[in-house]
Amino acid sequence: MQGVSPNMERTSKRDFLKLLLGGGGLAWLAAVVYPVLAYLKPPVQGEVEVTSVKVGPLSGIEKNSGTIVRFGTKPVLLIRTAAGELRALSATCTHLDCTVQYRKDLEAIWCACHNGTYDLNGRNISGPPPRPLEQYRVVLQGEDVYLSKNA
Amino acid sequence: MKGIGQKLYHWLDERVHLDQLVEFMDKKSVPMHRGSIWYYFGGVSLFLFIVQVVTGILLLLYYKGSEQLAFESIQFLMSKVSFGWLVRSVHSWSANLFVLSAMIHMFSVFFERAYRFPRELTWLTGMFMFFLALGFGFSGYLLPWNELALFATKVGTEIVGVVPGIGKPLMILLRGGPEVSGATLSRFFGFHVAVLPGIFVVLLTIHLLLVQRQGMSYPLRKEEERESLKTIPFFPNFLLRDLLLWLVVLNVLAILAVFFPWELGRKADAFAPAPAGIRPEWYFLFMFQTLKVFPAKVWAIDGDVLGVGLFALAGILWTLVPFWDRKSRHGEKGRLLTWTGIGVVLYILVLTVIGWLA
Repeated sequence: MQGVSPNMERTSKRDFLKLLLGGGGLAWLAAVVYPVLAYLKPPVQGEVEVTSVKVGPLSGIEKNSGTIVRFGTKPVLLIRTAAGELRALSATCTHLDCTVQYRKDLEAIWCACHNGTYDLNGRNISGPPPRPLEQYRVVLQGEDVYLSKNA
Repeated sequence: MKGIGQKLYHWLDERVHLDQLVEFMDKKSVPMHRGSIWYYFGGVSLFLFIVQVVTGILLLLYYKGSEQLAFESIQFLMSKVSFGWLVRSVHSWSANLFVLSAMIHMFSVFFERAYRFPRELTWLTGMFMFFLALGFGFSGYLLPWNELALFATKVGTEIVGVVPGIGKPLMILLRGGPEVSGATLSRFFGFHVAVLPGIFVVLLTIHLLLVQRQGMSYPLRKEEERESLKTIPFFPNFLLRDLLLWLVVLNVLAILAVFFPWELGRKADAFAPAPAGIRPEWYFLFMFQTLKVFPAKVWAIDGDVLGVGLFALAGILWTLVPFWDRKSRHGEKGRLLTWTGIGVVLYILVLTVIGWLA
């Protein structure tokens, strides 16, 4: 290595070692951080896709009332209007994830958390909810009430 | 007896040079002036934190952090364990008083401009501890696994989810899944008893070391007349006053815990509607109330996103106040800043009262 002073040679050697150490440090950090981050992320649980559930006989559901039905892992609000008509809507408020309820006195759907209301078609009519409630299909087979996802 | 004490002191002094510490304590003093009362609230917050650590450890002996057992374990604690009701009640009340005392401490430091050069780091560590305190409150609230806790946690974590971009993954990270479930309880339990205390103690140590290193802050208006201000020695005069106040606080805590015991409510049920009259702890009420009155859409933005965004912005500005308030560095009290502070206090007070009465 003629023409290169020993000083410069030492600098480039030092640079090389710095690079090696820095790069090694980064690689080490990545090897530690990545598994930790991946560990924090909960695995997606395989859920049985529920397409329809049986609620029970129509005679068991009072007029002007609402009940919450388990639809897989989701709550669904089944309403029988004062006129006797059946409606089913997602019971999860579109605002901030609370569970809504049927209010007999208002004949409307109400969320206790932030005072949002929806009409019986699930349309958000007052308060903070930004979107309507998702509708479910109600099917009568003989005397029995079934809920299913709207196709 | 005195002989033994002196011998022990001598033994330690030989090894770790206690004389330097004694000399430091001897010189430490606290200025006396109209605002001196505000000096006590840091100490009160510290005391309440210690109460939280002690009662928290006691609760850990009986608490079971799982969906099936959490509620029942607290029922057992409150009905079967001797003084279990008292320990839990003190923990809950002390948590609330801690947030209150920390708030008073924070606002007094704000209005006195005690965060100004050279105490920016003390303010920053204090603000981070305050945010951690809110995290303690939020995570601890879920642990009894009752109805109120379930919905408070749903709403609180959903708010994290409205943040554009990182919100959703962060929400899933907090919940341990897409929904609030037993997985969330496990995670919150871990945050509450391990992650948050660990970080808090580090910040607290830095905060206290800074206060010792830099001494007490003098009021801004007295900067010139610093020499003429009366001071009292910290040790033992101020410390004894501190301890007396701690004793008063402990009594207040005992009265609250005994006469207003903390309720347990009903066990959480993911398939029950949110109960009427649901609301978060008082220190979240003003934000809760704001979200309640915000319309669904403001221009094209979701009301929540806007509300949460504004609170986040306000929180960041507030935390960084030592760096943008240039007036206090030059020994002036900016009027606009004082009025902003008063506005913030009024806003919080008014919305808290509205939320309380609603």
